[in-house]
This record gives sequence, structure tokens and C-alpha cells, in this order.
Amino acid sequence: MSQTITLNVNGQPREVAASEDTPLLYALRNDLNLKGTRFGCGAGHCGACRVLLDGHAVASCETQLWAARGKEVTTIEGLGTADAPHALQRAFIAEQAAQCGYCSSGVIISAAALLARCPRPSEGEVREALDRNLCRCGTHNRIVRAVMRAAQEMAA
Amino acid sequence: MNLDPRTLEPAPGAAATVAPAVAPAAAPAPAKLPGSLNTNRRLDRWLRILPEGIIEVMPGKVEIGQGIVTALAQIAAEELDVDLSRVRMVRAKTGMSPDEAVTSGSQSVQECGTALRHAGAEARALLLAEAARQWSVDAGTLQVSDGLISDVSGRKLAYWQLDSAVLFDRETSGQVAPKAATAHRLVGTTVERFDIPDKVYGRARFVHDMALPGMRYGRVLRPAAPGARLQSLDDAAARALPGVVVVRDGSFVGVVAEREEVALKAVALLRKGAVWSEGAGLPPTEGLHDWMRTQPLDTKVIEDKRATAPARVVRDVSLRYTKPYLAHASIGASCAIAQWQGAGEQKRLAVWSHSQGIYNLRADLGIVFGLPLPDITIEHVEGAGCYGHNGADDVALDACLLARAADGSPVQVVWSREEELAWSPHSPAMDIQIKAGLNAEGNILSWTYDVWSNGHGIRPGRAKIPTLLAARYLEKPYEQFIAVNAPLASGGGSERNAIALYDFPEQVVTNHRLLTMPLRVSAMRALGGYANIFAIESAMDELALQAGVDPVEYRLRHMKDPRAIAVLQNAAARARWSAWDSEEHEEGAGHGIAWVKYKNTGAYCAVVAEVVMMEVVKVKRLVIAVDVGLTINPDGVINQIEGGAIQSASWTVKEALGYDAQRITATDWEQYPILNFSEVPAVEVEIINRPDERAVGAGEAASGPTAAAIANAVAHALGVRVRDLPLTPERVMAAM
Repeated sequence: MSQTITLNVNGQPREVAASEDTPLLYALRNDLNLKGTRFGCGAGHCGACRVLLDGHAVASCETQLWAARGKEVTTIEGLGTADAPHALQRAFIAEQAAQCGYCSSGVIISAAALLARCPRPSEGEVREALDRNLCRCGTHNRIVRAVMRAAQEMAA
Repeated sequence: MNLDPRTLEPAPGAAATVAPAVAPAAAPAPAKLPGSLNTNRRLDRWLRILPEGIIEVMPGKVEIGQGIVTALAQIAAEELDVDLSRVRMVRAKTGMSPDEAVTSGSQSVQECGTALRHAGAEARALLLAEAARQWSVDAGTLQVSDGLISDVSGRKLAYWQLDSAVLFDRETSGQVAPKAATAHRLVGTTVERFDIPDKVYGRARFVHDMALPGMRYGRVLRPAAPGARLQSLDDAAARALPGVVVVRDGSFVGVVAEREEVALKAVALLRKGAVWSEGAGLPPTEGLHDWMRTQPLDTKVIEDKRATAPARVVRDVSLRYTKPYLAHASIGASCAIAQWQGAGEQKRLAVWSHSQGIYNLRADLGIVFGLPLPDITIEHVEGAGCYGHNGADDVALDACLLARAADGSPVQVVWSREEELAWSPHSPAMDIQIKAGLNAEGNILSWTYDVWSNGHGIRPGRAKIPTLLAARYLEKPYEQFIAVNAPLASGGGSERNAIALYDFPEQVVTNHRLLTMPLRVSAMRALGGYANIFAIESAMDELALQAGVDPVEYRLRHMKDPRAIAVLQNAAARARWSAWDSEEHEEGAGHGIAWVKYKNTGAYCAVVAEVVMMEVVKVKRLVIAVDVGLTINPDGVINQIEGGAIQSASWTVKEALGYDAQRITATDWEQYPILNFSEVPAVEVEIINRPDERAVGAGEAASGPTAAAIANAVAHALGVRVRDLPLTPERVMAAM
């Protein structure tokens, strides 16, 4: 049944009128107009819909609203903007680490979770951290370079 | 003032007008214009200058994740002598944009880029001529810097102060030569892509992200199997959900809902209430390629080069290579929005789509809905990465069908992952037989090549019947269109790159196109060029080894084209090919090489692959040399080559579309795995820039040679040959 659920999204309390089994993905995209979190598979396999939930990268397609209640949701829009970019976003532009860019927001979210727990990862650790994010355009190596660049910049 | 472009001084080296071979008596054929200008001749279809100093460029080719829009902007800014920041690229829309057919075949730089080079050069000349007229000076004395025209006395006039709408209201003449490569300041330099900031900041960019007022959400219930008919439908549970409308037209079933997650629930409920007939049946999984040869075929000899003197063949070698069906497997699912407005004569259809060919899609929608084409407007909005004819067109028909039940509201349809993997058109399975006749030294005297495959094209807008998925399931169903191949002159389909570019005294190449099509197939990146180059370049490697000759040296014995030789030698040198035996390597390591001239007319690309045999074939490194003629955006070319190579590596070691007697079983990423971050190889690309050669596309050049280089590296590592793709551990074990 539809009800009003309060979520903490990107540091703001936001109200969503939806059934509590609604995937967080659709509340973000359609109720809160945060379109940067993207549908890829609906099964948590591809990583395109990842958001941070209390700092952990999770698949928002598989996270129902009840499970997000009381937790801090950070989407790609909350990570940084053109005016105040996150180091990862700057690095992705500097490395031109995209082709279609559909996977980018989920990849950046996974990388942000990695850098929060492991500020100076090895290349192998970056790759392992991104193994649940799929990219079909073949920009993996650029993405890895961008994450390493951001890590370096953040540590400096 | 209406300048006649013919009065403009042609710049030195301007292309001469090509006279038609036979001039018709009444209306002489118009002169052939460069690139897509030939079919979209008006200058104001391509370029517009806004009073605020913005140059609008209107390409008919579209962004499909390949970065083309930025490269096209570079070309236009170069010829117009304006800063790149002044250029605004306009999204393609039917009725407004040039009709450039389909964004495919690595042709956007050739067709659209060439048009913009010439249109830009002519626009600049017209603007200068107008300034010269106003100042009564010779146009040749004027300078332009970022759109600001100045004369020797220091007077200045900006492009946007001139009446460009009048100046551009004409057909292009094709008589103004674009800049020589030596004068380029922007073309040939790496610039950041326009679209990447939106993507890394998560700003709405894709058609998936559009939120039109009152938009509703549609989803389709696909049949239980291809060709299955809906026998009964209990839709009560779905209709009981809030705001849900169930749509049925024959065996096409779907829902429209006010909330997206409710649409998903409704489809799940419909699935339980639907009873389907058996499907049309799928081909055998074991022995698929033998079965293909037994099908009705359209057989054509596409190359028939016979030796003038009888060849002294001392030995024949027969080799067979196969490729499975593959999926496009884009990370984003296909999506479209449709909206019906008005009724009767006033009925109009608006569509937002990531189709590669909006005019072609419009033609098919026109057939299905019996609408005059001007009453349908399709606007291109980006989708996820597109590697060929995927579900983009199909989902547009789905949205149009569902939107009929939405009372004029726009309806957005996003496919499920299952629809994306199992119901998009697939890349055809292929079977290749090579017979090589050798002389005493093991060199090739005769080469007989046969390829069996479905055609590689069911794109919309080209046939009398619509080719869109849902059309087959309507109350009045359309036949399944059987895939055809593009003419060989435009690259062909299954016969793409089937003619080997080696100097064999005899070469006979025959294409066998299947006239049955149990799996719905169409164009995917490189089309037949992937399997054909895998086969040709694997065979060259095998024959080199049999002759006891180094594979690079063996190829060079049969090669004449200096650009081909240059990429092959460049890749070999950078990979330290000839030093392999004197250097240390991991246990189970091997290397292999292959090359292509894509479509036999396009980019040259050579790949050295280094693999290590573990439980799986681990591709460690790909060293690539590429020659795309004049390079527009070097990093853009490298990105495309790198991406094409990694995608091909994934196809080659991992991918095959699973199916059973009735249905495609590859319905999620666990059933259709692709290479992940830990599995992709390092890729090193070097461009051999040839500024005086025609600029050609880069998107598909790496696909074929990457596959063959990997297979050759596996053979080098293990001493056994795997001729059937993909190179899975089971296949490798079986070969040993």
C-alpha cells in the first residue's frame, strides 16, 4: 500500500509517496528526479544502479524503500557537481574514462566506496572493487586509471 | 543579396565536379556532392548561426557512445574558423535534420564528417564574400579568427552580424575546397568529449532520463518463446493494480501504469495469467553449423580470381572455423517514449528514441500505423552504448503500441534485462570453410573460401514490411523479415572482409546466405568481419606454422599494400614480436598477431595478443596499431579501438548465446557473462596518422584482428588450435 516514507538523500530529508517494497531506484529516479542512478538489470548484477547506503555501495534496484529508511543515501548527484566535483568525477573527465557513460555513475559510486575504506588502493584492488560493475564499451582501463588518479589527488 | 556560390573563386585543389557518365536528355543529374551532402544538399540543413554567436551544427549521424558528436564539432569548427566552444550540436530529429540513414558501419566520419568539412568551408566562403561585398574589398584579403572577420584596415564583422539565414538558403556547390591538412589547428588534436561531464555528474542525458509532463510507464510481456501465440490471457490481477491499463493486440501484450514499479508488477502478474502456444522452434545447439549448411541458401560467388597459369599446388589444406550467436549486451536496456496526439486526420505521433536511424524507424512505424511520414516525428536522444542493430527500434514500436492506451500521455518503455539479452536482434552464427593450395615452400597459390550465415541486416526502413519485433505478434501479424546483407560495395554483411587482402594467385570466395532464420539476427559491430578475419588470420597463422615460417614474415610474403604492412610491422615491433624467444615469459604464455583493412576499404588495424593459459584463456595484453587516414580526435580513435578490442576479447574468450529447443536461455548477466574489470587485458594503441588520406571510422576495426590474434596466441602457447569460438576452457581442453 502506498504510504509516505522519509528518506535521507544526499544530506536532505526527502518524502516519497510509494509502497515500501518499491525499489529505491524508482523512488530516486521518478519521485525525486535524481536520474543519475540508472537501471541496468534489476538483479544487482551490473552495478549501473549503485548508490551509497551509509557509505556502502549497494544496488538500488534490489534495495526496497523500507531498507533505506533511516539510512543515508548518496547518489552520484550527491557525490559532487560540476561546481563542486568529487575527485573521481574530475578524474573521469581528465582520463576521458567513458564511451556511452551509462555505467559511469554506478562505477563512480563503487569507486567512492572503495576510496573511503582504502585510500591508496593498488590497481588490482581497484579492479577487484569494480568487478560487480559491468562496462560493455571496453573503457575499463581508462576507468582504472581515473580511479588511481583520484586516489592520488585525494591523498595529496 | 543572394550570392551565387558558382561565382566564388574555387580554392586551389577544389574537387572537380564529377560529370555523370550518361547525361539524361531532359534533366541533367545534379553534380555529385561530397559525403552526405549528396543526399542532403541544402547548406541550411547542416549549419545555422545564432545572433548570440553560437554555431549550430545539425548532423544526421547520432551519438551512440562513440564520441562522434565531438569529432563532428571539431570538423565544423575547423572549417569555419571558430572556437570549439561556439559550436552547439543539435540532436537529430526527423523533418529537421539531414537524412543520413543509419549511424553504422564506421561511416560517420566519412559521410557526415565529409559533408561538414565541405559545408563548413562553403559557409565560411559565403560569409567572407558577404563581408567583402559590404566593405568593397577582395575576400582574399580578409582574415577570420573565432568567427570574427577582419580586413587589413582593422574593420571587424562577426559571422553572427551577417544575414547567414539568407546566405545559407541554398544548395551547397561542393566547389569550395576544405582546408589542407597542414592548415588544421583543431582537427588532429585531442579534445574532451562534450557528453562526458553530464555522464559523470549523473545529469539527465539518456532517453531513459526524460521526464515529460504526465508521462506514464509501459512494459511488455514478451511471448513464452519466439513465434509463440497468445492463446488466453487472464489479466484481472494486473488490472486490479492501481493505475494499470492492460493493452493487447493479438499476441502483443503490455501494460501502462502511472508508476514504473507498478508496471513491473503488472507484467509479472500478466505472465502468470498468459497461456502461449509452442514457439516456432530454434536450431540444434549441437551441430548448429552443420545444420546451417543444410538450410535453403542464397549462394553467390563474390570473388572469382583465377590464375592465368596453372598453379603448381603440391598440397591442399582444409580448415573450418565457426562463430556462435552473440548478444549486444549493452549495459542499459533499450528505451523509447511515444506520444499520440489528435485524432483522425489530425493524428500525430511523437517518438523519442536512441535508434541509429530515425528516418528508417519512421518508415516502419508509418507502415504499422498507416500514417503519412510527416505526421510522425522522431527525435534522437542518447541511449546506452550501441554496437549495432539492437532493441532501440523495437522498443520504439512497443512504446507507440502502448501509448495508444494512454489518452495522449507520453509513455516510456524500458526493456527488462531479459528482453535486452534474449529479444534484441542477435549477431548471427557463422561457419567458414577454407581450402588453401600450397606450393613446395608452403606459400599460398590458391584460396577457396566459403561462408555460411544468415544475413546481417533486418534494419527497419528498408523493406516493404516492418522488421520491428512486435510487428510479428500483432492481431494482423507481419511475416518475420529474413535478414539480408548490405551490398558488398558498402561493406557487405556476412561477406564483410571475406575476400582476403593477400596476394594469392587464385582466390574464390562464396557467400551462402541462409533463407531460414530461427533466431532473429541483424547487424552487430564489424558484422561478418569479426568471424571472417578470425578465420582468415587464424588460417594464415596455421599455414605459417606448417611452412615453418614466422607468422609475420609469412604474411608479408603475401602482402603488397604499404599501409597494411606498416600497421603489421608497427604492432609487431612495439610488442617486441621477434624478441619473444629470447625473453622470459610466464608458464603457459603465448603471443599471436593478426590484421585487417576493415571492410576492405576502411581503417587498417593490426593486433598482437599476449595470453597466458590458466583455467581460462587469460588475455594479458593487446598491442595495436591503427591507421584511420586523417585522424580527427586522436584520443577518440584510441578510445574506440581500445573499446572495440576489449569487447572483441570478451566475445572471443567468453561469449555464446545460450538457447534450447524453444527459447533463448541467456536472460541475465549470469547466463551471459562478459569480461569484467579483473579480466580485461592491458591495451596499448598507437595511431599511424596519415593526414593526406581520407578520414575513416575507427569503431569496428579492432574486432576481427583481436579475435584472431588471441586464437593465434592460444595456439602459440599450447601448440593446439581452437577453431570454434568462443575459446572456452572446454574447447581448449577438447583440442588438446
